[in-house]
Amino acid sequence: MYAAYEQVESSELAAPSAWWKSWRFALVAVILTVAAIAYVAWFRELDDRQQRALAWVTLVAAVTNVACATVGCFLLLRRMSLMGDALAHSVLPGLVVAFIFAGSLNIGFMFVGALAAGLATAFLADTLNRRGGVPADASLGVVFVSLFALGVVLIKRYTGGAIHLDFDCVFAGELDLVGISSNKNMSVGPFELPRTLVSVGPVLILNIAVITLLWKEFKVSSFDPALATAMGFRAGRLHYLLMALVALTTVASFEAVGSILVVAMLIVPAATAHLLTDRLSKMLWVSAGVGLLTAVAGCALARLIEVNTAGTIAVTGGALYGVAVLLSPRYGVVSTLLRNARISARIVREDMLAMLYRLEELATDRQLGERQVVQAVGGGLLANWGLWSLLRRGDVQRTDRGLSLTASGKQQASQLVRSHRLWEAYLVEHLGLPLDHVHEPAERIEHFIDERLREQIVADLPAADVDPHGRGIPDAPGESRS
Amino acid sequence: MQAPPVEIHDMTVAYHRKPVLWDIDLTLPKGRLIAVVGPNGAGKTTLIKAILGLVPLASGKVELYGQPFHRQRHLVGYVPQRESVDWDFPVTALDVVLMGTYGRLGWFRRAGAAERDTAMASLESVGMTRFADRQIRQLSGGQQQRVFLARALAQNAQIYFMDEPFSGVDAATEHATVSLLQELRSAGKTLLVVHHDLQTVREYFDHVILLNMRLVAAGPIETTFTDENLQATYGGRLTVLAEAAEAVRLGD
Repeated sequence: MYAAYEQVESSELAAPSAWWKSWRFALVAVILTVAAIAYVAWFRELDDRQQRALAWVTLVAAVTNVACATVGCFLLLRRMSLMGDALAHSVLPGLVVAFIFAGSLNIGFMFVGALAAGLATAFLADTLNRRGGVPADASLGVVFVSLFALGVVLIKRYTGGAIHLDFDCVFAGELDLVGISSNKNMSVGPFELPRTLVSVGPVLILNIAVITLLWKEFKVSSFDPALATAMGFRAGRLHYLLMALVALTTVASFEAVGSILVVAMLIVPAATAHLLTDRLSKMLWVSAGVGLLTAVAGCALARLIEVNTAGTIAVTGGALYGVAVLLSPRYGVVSTLLRNARISARIVREDMLAMLYRLEELATDRQLGERQVVQAVGGGLLANWGLWSLLRRGDVQRTDRGLSLTASGKQQASQLVRSHRLWEAYLVEHLGLPLDHVHEPAERIEHFIDERLREQIVADLPAADVDPHGRGIPDAPGESRS
Repeated sequence: MQAPPVEIHDMTVAYHRKPVLWDIDLTLPKGRLIAVVGPNGAGKTTLIKAILGLVPLASGKVELYGQPFHRQRHLVGYVPQRESVDWDFPVTALDVVLMGTYGRLGWFRRAGAAERDTAMASLESVGMTRFADRQIRQLSGGQQQRVFLARALAQNAQIYFMDEPFSGVDAATEHATVSLLQELRSAGKTLLVVHHDLQTVREYFDHVILLNMRLVAAGPIETTFTDENLQATYGGRLTVLAEAAEAVRLGD
């Protein structure tokens, strides 16, 4: 049924070739190796106390980043990138109420409060959107700002100054204190761990566990919620589960790294990974890897230039994203430029082949020299390189009187000229264009007409042996061989 | 006697209180290729979504083989409109088709070799084996539509609901798709297809549902797809329904 149809279908939409992948991979591998060696060399220069402090900070940042980066992938794919930002704010009233009940900053109560506030945010925004007809972005915007403000009011009214909002801490967390100040540590069994690690670590494990367990459910409900719901995986419930994970992650990370880094790490590694991959599983791995890399690089940079660690990590993440934008295989600026350059080079090569073919067709003894051929297609670097590669491929050869086509060059050139003249004939026959209008469009299109399209044109023409100018149209490859 | 594949009884569906489908009574016969035809905004997509439990019913009930939908999910295959998903999503054609097997797997279980085989066989029957590993953005419109079709095949259903499977598709794909649908019908499946091109209804389908906010007519093509019924479906005689719906929405 589809079989016959499939054979004639063009494969122009070719996937990136293996060569492409490999140079990218090699580049990244080389850069990472160099960076790793430099990092180790630098790390060994530090004294013992500095080494320990840096290691702890990096560990806390890495765990936080990876926890955020994994759930962040699903936020990004569901077009809810700003949900992280929203939840980071709107959990505040939950935290305050938890504090009032517990009377202290108890981690368990904090989680429960944040969870409740996070789910309330998602529910209110969703309900406003669906029942109230408020656009999704506006409803989320209103809900999270209002809840955040409610949190501020609650703090002032009920905690009597027991909590004061330390804005440095809200923005940047206590990351800089990890591993330095021992009163930030907590005893877990025989180990003395930073308090923040004790809250972020379990959340990382929870995130990984839930995503692993519900992998296909999250996948299908993110891609096609209607299908998921029809199959019995209620997309709505999975949405709230994801919101719960994000709320927990946000709260756990909040104290450690502050709001800027939480919000950044929920979006940036996922966005970077989305640019670089086209499989969901790869996207999650790359996202986690980017989170890890930014943690290590950001902590080292912060130490080097002696600034706030959380901010530096976030900026590093942004910079990595910038690199991904340039180098992404599908949408990357560099990739597009290279692709365009390759097409231009091909066109120049083909123009030279077709020109030599026409010259030989005239059956004069005249042959063009290298300079003349290069000048005829506009000269410049591209033309010189094009001729060089034609000579290297053996499509064109040097003779004592100039350049001539080899057998393979002649074969390619004849098909180009065939495309050109068939197109001219088609324009005259079916579009009724006058003769002096058909050469230039044919000159452009000849590089993109493949065998299948040529045959289709032949089928649409009464005769396909002579072009409108009266010149012979070269045969298709099968015919010329006979 | 076996219950019919789909039986809809006095169903009304509303968005934000505004009814978009009024008092539908409909029974779909087994083993037919059924076209759903009607103007824009007639509620064709809503009809499918209501049957699949994706939008709440304001009143009435829907039964599949004599049971409510939530007990018959495994009997249903679904092809949504192509525009309803994000084609930049990082999945390959094969991944998408594999999703068709998720329903039978139930919660937590992952797709294994058996599901992969089912998915590859489905891809093969729509002639897409070569594109299995391609990210879905890199497929043409017709190929994307065929991936959706393969996913529905992988659901291995008794009843298929397809929302405009021919939109944005070239002539060759359309013909191949129609043959595939007819093959499914011959295997005793029931297919409900939202279709836009009135010219081809008679040629492709054997049963038709004419819809415009209410059920205008339903039955075999020969007796139902008449000029008179088409006039009733597409003619502008619906001002009363439209105004009534608006009045309900405003609550006056």
